[in-house]
Amino acid sequence: MKLKLKIWKQKNAAAKGRFETYDLDGVAPEMSFVEMLALLNQTLIQQGREPVAFDHDCHEGICGSCGMYINGYPHGPVKGLTTCLLSMRHFKDGETIVIEPWRAKPFPVVKDLIVDRSALDKIQVAGGFISVSAGAAPEANALPVRKHNSDLAFDSAVCIGCGACVAACKNASAMLFVSAKISQYALLPQGRPEAKERVRAMIAEMDKQGFGSCSNTGACESQCPKQIKLFNIARLNREYYKAL
Amino acid sequence: MNKILFSAVSKKFVMALAGLFLLLFLPVHLGINLMLLKSDPEPFNSAAHFMATFPLIKVVEVLLFLTILIHITYGIFLQIQNWLSRPVGYKVRNKSETGAFSRFMIWTGGSVLIFLVIHFFNFYFIKLGLVEGDPENFYSVAWQLFSIPGYAILYWICFLLLGFHLYHALQSAFQTLGLSNEFWKPVIRAISLIYAIAVPVGFAIIPLVIWLF
Repeated sequence: MKLKLKIWKQKNAAAKGRFETYDLDGVAPEMSFVEMLALLNQTLIQQGREPVAFDHDCHEGICGSCGMYINGYPHGPVKGLTTCLLSMRHFKDGETIVIEPWRAKPFPVVKDLIVDRSALDKIQVAGGFISVSAGAAPEANALPVRKHNSDLAFDSAVCIGCGACVAACKNASAMLFVSAKISQYALLPQGRPEAKERVRAMIAEMDKQGFGSCSNTGACESQCPKQIKLFNIARLNREYYKAL
Repeated sequence: MNKILFSAVSKKFVMALAGLFLLLFLPVHLGINLMLLKSDPEPFNSAAHFMATFPLIKVVEVLLFLTILIHITYGIFLQIQNWLSRPVGYKVRNKSETGAFSRFMIWTGGSVLIFLVIHFFNFYFIKLGLVEGDPENFYSVAWQLFSIPGYAILYWICFLLLGFHLYHALQSAFQTLGLSNEFWKPVIRAISLIYAIAVPVGFAIIPLVIWLF
């Protein structure tokens, strides 16, 4: 496959960025999007040109670091996939692909396609945990959990904090991320004792970081590689009102 | 405490409550407007008179104006904040799938606001004595306005846009108030659709009937 790539290049957070166009040959349809970019970088290095900076780590869709905005879609046009699991067979030979970094005030560009997503970490640090004394693990069956709740808690706990929800949202809102983190604790008995402080602290931190508010458009849900559901946000709202 | 009262979630909560109150008001207004279809002006005029003079309605009217003001102010404030959350936009248009009309609430809402200003000028200002007209005969004022083709067309466009606004508004308000889950979401969506069609069509039918008969 032959591709024309238009990629955002930016030296650092303060520099003015621009699009650079690259022609890339020899892309195999079975390559992942990240492997395709690695091929591009190898070619650029061999030519003595500067490679494109992009984040990637696990290559199995669980670390959340490979986010990029591909042809108008966070993580590309295929639903339920991270960029590293997006296969090149979803693109046509000769296609032009425009790749941009996540755009949001709390996600400043570090270099090219890499953004600083630590604003999400700060929200998590504000309350996304349970305070338990360390020690031996208690007997698992000592604390009964409703099956329905445990399934829903698990579904929200699969959030990898990649920031695609923020990137997709017209308001750059982090509500889907925060709602997943709130839900995974709110649905389980271990999370209940600190439920009120947690939701207050995480929402306050979300606002402080400069994320927008939720317009319930559903863009986040449609682009989430882990398919976190929108009704988690309704639960987050409920938890917040209960904590007032 | 301030952090809680003015958090993004709290502001949305206030907007949703105000919006739902306005959703209750519309069918009442529609019910009275449908009396315009009678050839006898008396029922409509006496209903308008009742709405303008009954003390309890006066209290509700103040509440209504306050609600409109809150809904608009919060809406604009949140929108500006949301725009500021993405100072550098994307080059390629965002193609993420979204709910119908949900991305255009500020614009459909803005159109409704423009209509509201015109509507106040045509009716409420007569009641206040700022514009010439007989406040006891809104029936003939309405009939005169609807017989102007340009006004009727503007009226239809505004109610079409109001319909777009209402379809997202109702389901969004339930989501914001935390009253939605996997089971209720399709039910709320269906109610939103029925409401968003029935109310604007009810209003839009009046100039049509006046034109045809």
